[in-house]
Amino acid sequence: MQPTSHSFPANARAGLADPVLQTALGLARTGFPQRRQEAIARLPEFEELRDEGRAIKDHVLAYLDFYLERYEQNVTASGGRVHWARNAEEARAAILDICRAANATIVTKGKSMVAEEIALNDHLEANGITPVETDLGEYIIQLRHEPPSHIIAPAIHLMKEQVADAFRAAHTELDPARTLTDPRALCDEARTVLRPRFLAADVGITGANFLVAETGSSIIVTNEGNGDLTQILPRVHIVITGIEKIVPTLEDAATLLRLLARSATGQEFSSYTTLSTGPRRAGDLDGPEEYHVVLLDNGRSALLGGEFQDMLRCLRCAACLNHCPVYAAVGGHAYGWVYPGPMGAVLTPALVGVHEAGHLPNASTFCGRCESVCPVKIPLPKIMRHWREREFAQRLSPPVYRTGLRLWAWVARQPPLYHALAGIASRVLGWAGLYRGRFRSLPLAQGWTAVRDLPAPQGRSFHSLWAEQQRRIGKSPRAQS
Amino acid sequence: MSAARDDILGGIRRALWRGSLPPDKTAELTGRIAAHRRNLVPARAAALDPAARADLFVAMAEEVQTSVARVASDADIPAEVARYLAAENLPAELVVAPDPGLDAIPWELRPLLQIHRGRAEAQDAVSLTPCLAGIAETGTLMLASGAGTPTTLNFLPDTHIVVLHAGQIVASYEDGWDLLRARASPTPAPPPRAGEGGSPQSGDRVGALPRTVNLITGPSRTGDIEQRIQLGAHGPRRLHIVLVDDAPPAKG
Repeated sequence: MQPTSHSFPANARAGLADPVLQTALGLARTGFPQRRQEAIARLPEFEELRDEGRAIKDHVLAYLDFYLERYEQNVTASGGRVHWARNAEEARAAILDICRAANATIVTKGKSMVAEEIALNDHLEANGITPVETDLGEYIIQLRHEPPSHIIAPAIHLMKEQVADAFRAAHTELDPARTLTDPRALCDEARTVLRPRFLAADVGITGANFLVAETGSSIIVTNEGNGDLTQILPRVHIVITGIEKIVPTLEDAATLLRLLARSATGQEFSSYTTLSTGPRRAGDLDGPEEYHVVLLDNGRSALLGGEFQDMLRCLRCAACLNHCPVYAAVGGHAYGWVYPGPMGAVLTPALVGVHEAGHLPNASTFCGRCESVCPVKIPLPKIMRHWREREFAQRLSPPVYRTGLRLWAWVARQPPLYHALAGIASRVLGWAGLYRGRFRSLPLAQGWTAVRDLPAPQGRSFHSLWAEQQRRIGKSPRAQS
Repeated sequence: MSAARDDILGGIRRALWRGSLPPDKTAELTGRIAAHRRNLVPARAAALDPAARADLFVAMAEEVQTSVARVASDADIPAEVARYLAAENLPAELVVAPDPGLDAIPWELRPLLQIHRGRAEAQDAVSLTPCLAGIAETGTLMLASGAGTPTTLNFLPDTHIVVLHAGQIVASYEDGWDLLRARASPTPAPPPRAGEGGSPQSGDRVGALPRTVNLITGPSRTGDIEQRIQLGAHGPRRLHIVLVDDAPPAKG
């Protein structure tokens, strides 16, 4: 998918003005955080598990080459094959080659964000292969020809009426007079329509939540069971995933699994956690005859060893999206690529470039909720700040903004001047805002006041209050700073 | 593709400011895998005696819309299956896993139940399978694929019935991993009991996991439309466990 992250401001305005999106986001705003809170309240060890989860991922990243090689050995030993892809193009080519070798015409897919990242469906279609998304949310957005707006609930921006419209437009073989007014009927219709495609598929493609070096297994976590039908019915199972999904042992996977479902949907455990190891064995009555894993780098290895490495711990649980005030206001499509919300604001500049996605790390209030709910404690606001520094250093931000910042920086380095100016500004604004307590518009601050009020200062600057208090208790204010 | 492999591994080492790992570090990491030490295991199920563990398993399973019926012995399974199918208004016809461990179930006690054995096909509405373990901490079933336990039985039919013996209920996922490793190990396994499916096959590489291991926690569900949970998205709409409360098997 072609990123449109560069037009985040316009995308966000469109999102704010979209009544369907706003209603749908309203449901998500309360639902996910509440369920997560209830789930972690039942597990007293949750905080300790977060620390252990972070330590496991940090350990893997420090020795990623070793664990990847060990994983590959064990995939090969169990009869599977690993394909390495430096970028999206190589991953698409590897998958197309496998599909062609299998003479595939229909390919079923479990939900995979990496498949979205490499725009796999477009590539398969362009080469005469029909990809069928089988996760209900992914299926809906495939019918609507739009990207996912959330990493675990791809159709979260829609209400049931839009889903019904999409189904009526696509399922023309069904009775046009049928009732499609509730989620139950929609869910049943998708089940009925997709079942024959599961059975007809030549190749099944899934992602992976974890890859286990110890056993050469890939693990997927789903609730619908679509990922399982996708991999056990066709003759060929392809796993497409990123190199950072490795964990050393099954025990390490267990720790991360305990964090994942609780952080994502607030479930104790998702309905289906499935370990897949190689192709079917001699004597097995079902299961794929071929098992392939496509390991994608696509900029991930370049994040190691620096200020962005922490992002490679990400489990893709979406807790940061579910707790983000910006995501909750503008929705996922505003972010303009595959990964929205705080994790997207950090990952997208790394994968498509800060020139394209520089707006995203700026679209944050730095409230810190994302970091506080992250199951592996990724310091998301801190990394967004690093991206802002890069953007500034590469002269990508607008000239007015850069000049303003430079001016401010110069003033801030002259404390007497800074204090004098801040004192004047807070007195003037405090006096002017005395009546309302806030400003609806203000010269030089239209960027702010166009969409919200500016609270009026109290009339004194922090520095003058601090100095006064220190004098009162008999200390020199200088000595404290 | 090997150029891509070398580039990726080389890129990782460059980013980490080092070359290949020295042999002592490789040995240490190999040892970490071989030891597969447990991390923190929640206390929830760990300290319980077998009876309390079974109760926790049932409570957690029922919380996620799994139904559980407790019976005294394998001989009671046919009657319970017939009762359940009638109560749910389902046809008295089912596909049963061709696992030798299930041969002991006296289906002849319920001659009206139509039984055939094999993998599941599109038209099969009800399946019955053994499982490897029940995991108490979240009411999760662990099932492993094998010649007698095809995975299609767990996903294609609308209704999935699982036979679980109380002695198979363990506390944690880690206990489940140990059972998998014991199955895969070269030491000879004890002869299978009724309901302990997925006996190791000669085709398995020593130490290899079965092709598919399913951890199943409740029936299929989705919240993809307006976040309202619907059961039976693509997998089974109903998950029913027949819990046989007989003496626990001798476990290593």
